[in-house]
Amino acid sequence: MTSTAHSSDEVAALVDRYGLQRAGARLPLGTYTRQLWARRHFITEFSTASNAVGFSRSFLGQAWQLLTPLLNVAVYYLIFGVLLHTKRGVDNFIAFLTIGLFVFSFTSGSLTAGARAISGNLGLTRSLHFPRAVLPVSTTLTALQQLVSSMVIMVPVVLLTGEPLSLRWFLLIPAVGLQAAFSLGLAFLFARLGARVPDTSQMLPFITRVWMYTSGVMYSITEFTKGRPHWVKTVLEVNPGAVYVNVARNALLTNNPVHPYTWPLAIGWAVVVLGAGYLIFWQGEEEYGRV
Amino acid sequence: MSEANIAAVRASAEPTVVVDDVHLVYKIIGKSGKGGAPAALRRMILREPVPGMRKVHAVRGVSFTAYRGEAIGLIGPNGSGKSTLLRAIAGLMPPASGAIYTQGQPSLLGISAAMMSDMTGERNVVLGCLALGMKPSEIAERYEEICEFAGIGEFISLPMSTYSSGMGSRLRFAIAATRTHDILLIDEALATGDAQFRRRSEARIRELREQAGTVFLVSHGLGVVRQSCDRAIWLEEGKIVVDGEANAVVDAYEERHDPEALAERLAVLRGNATAHVEADQESAI
Repeated sequence: MTSTAHSSDEVAALVDRYGLQRAGARLPLGTYTRQLWARRHFITEFSTASNAVGFSRSFLGQAWQLLTPLLNVAVYYLIFGVLLHTKRGVDNFIAFLTIGLFVFSFTSGSLTAGARAISGNLGLTRSLHFPRAVLPVSTTLTALQQLVSSMVIMVPVVLLTGEPLSLRWFLLIPAVGLQAAFSLGLAFLFARLGARVPDTSQMLPFITRVWMYTSGVMYSITEFTKGRPHWVKTVLEVNPGAVYVNVARNALLTNNPVHPYTWPLAIGWAVVVLGAGYLIFWQGEEEYGRV
Repeated sequence: MSEANIAAVRASAEPTVVVDDVHLVYKIIGKSGKGGAPAALRRMILREPVPGMRKVHAVRGVSFTAYRGEAIGLIGPNGSGKSTLLRAIAGLMPPASGAIYTQGQPSLLGISAAMMSDMTGERNVVLGCLALGMKPSEIAERYEEICEFAGIGEFISLPMSTYSSGMGSRLRFAIAATRTHDILLIDEALATGDAQFRRRSEARIRELREQAGTVFLVSHGLGVVRQSCDRAIWLEEGKIVVDGEANAVVDAYEERHDPEALAERLAVLRGNATAHVEADQESAI
């Protein structure tokens, strides 16, 4: 029989001579990014489709997209506002809580969905060839679409509770933009972690819950750190969860001033986490779909 | 194709796939057979590796080179590593050791290509084509053609989870087969669907083969390998048993695994031969 096996020297010579490429080799960052951009239609279609699928098995369908955030606000208002009285020191607690919950759940939602971006789409990763970054980008986009649709509730709540419409509202655009960049970075990081350690999804609910309770979503950090050492307040306020919640509140609510360093922090967290997340995710490109 | 022909092809043609001493290892996370808390505790105390993590050594040291213009059949019993090897050539699974080099991006065309089962067939067509890197305008152009080829009628607007396995694989094949490919990897696609669809898909694969540089075909249907391949690689427990001219390799494989089929085929051939001889004699008389 004819054998076509070559020695490793011959292989090297062939590879060199015919310009062969290693199968599944990770592309250089620039080419990778261009390929990712080329799949932008896939990303938007995929995230819209998975958003629709999320509700397709319920009787009320898409209505849950509005009902879920509305019920969340009601439950949190009942528990924290009425029963635990965390509303002290807050002017307009309902609007304060609504913005806090919706904005924070965008970040925690992208984190959770990001962790399952690879591990939940193994069939797709194992059968088709595309830059894997497509998946965390899609899941983050789905979370962003949910945030945008929850604004249908957020804006009336803010207006009905007596907040005036003002030009400052336009600050919401950079606020959400920066938060989206930050959340995408997190999704990249946790997608790689979730692809390697399947237990990540089990751990995440606890992590996001602790994060939410320490981000001043249902209480005012200034109010609750009175009488504590100053560093406690600083640590809580520098945490990105609180940063993005606060810039959004600053845009929509009166009497919610932010520190001079809050906006720079919002930019800093977005740049650093997105940059690091993308790089770290790209480095693991070859290992996705293996387990 | 004879051995001499193969040698001629190789001398003139360029290599498109070089597989160099490749080992492929699956990690499977799942419950190990012996279970329960005591076993888990014992593993923890003895510091045994991650419980439930099992390794399957699917391919053990495979080397070969494929050339432009070749159609190669991969044959072997279930679990011999054929499909795994194909996935690795497609770059969808990194080798544990060794390396695979390819010219251009190979495309895997398999019925196992997963789709999103909660979504409708229509959405799957669009998503699948987008994932393959097609442009939206291109998809709009080919959409009708794809649906027609799949031939699943009104089911196209229902979620894929409601499809029979045959319909699902027809749609997947129709999507994957829309594009032309440099290196085409076909995984059991020919066994898909009913007789009518099989004829159509065979015709489509022939077309794709004419355009593709190199074709790999994994199939349990040995007849298909004889018909459409000029070279065959016989895998057994992750190792190459024989690599060579398709008919010779399939004969050897049949001799080992299905001697009755070989005997039958030979009997038919001999019968034909005798019949011819008799006919000749008759005409001579």
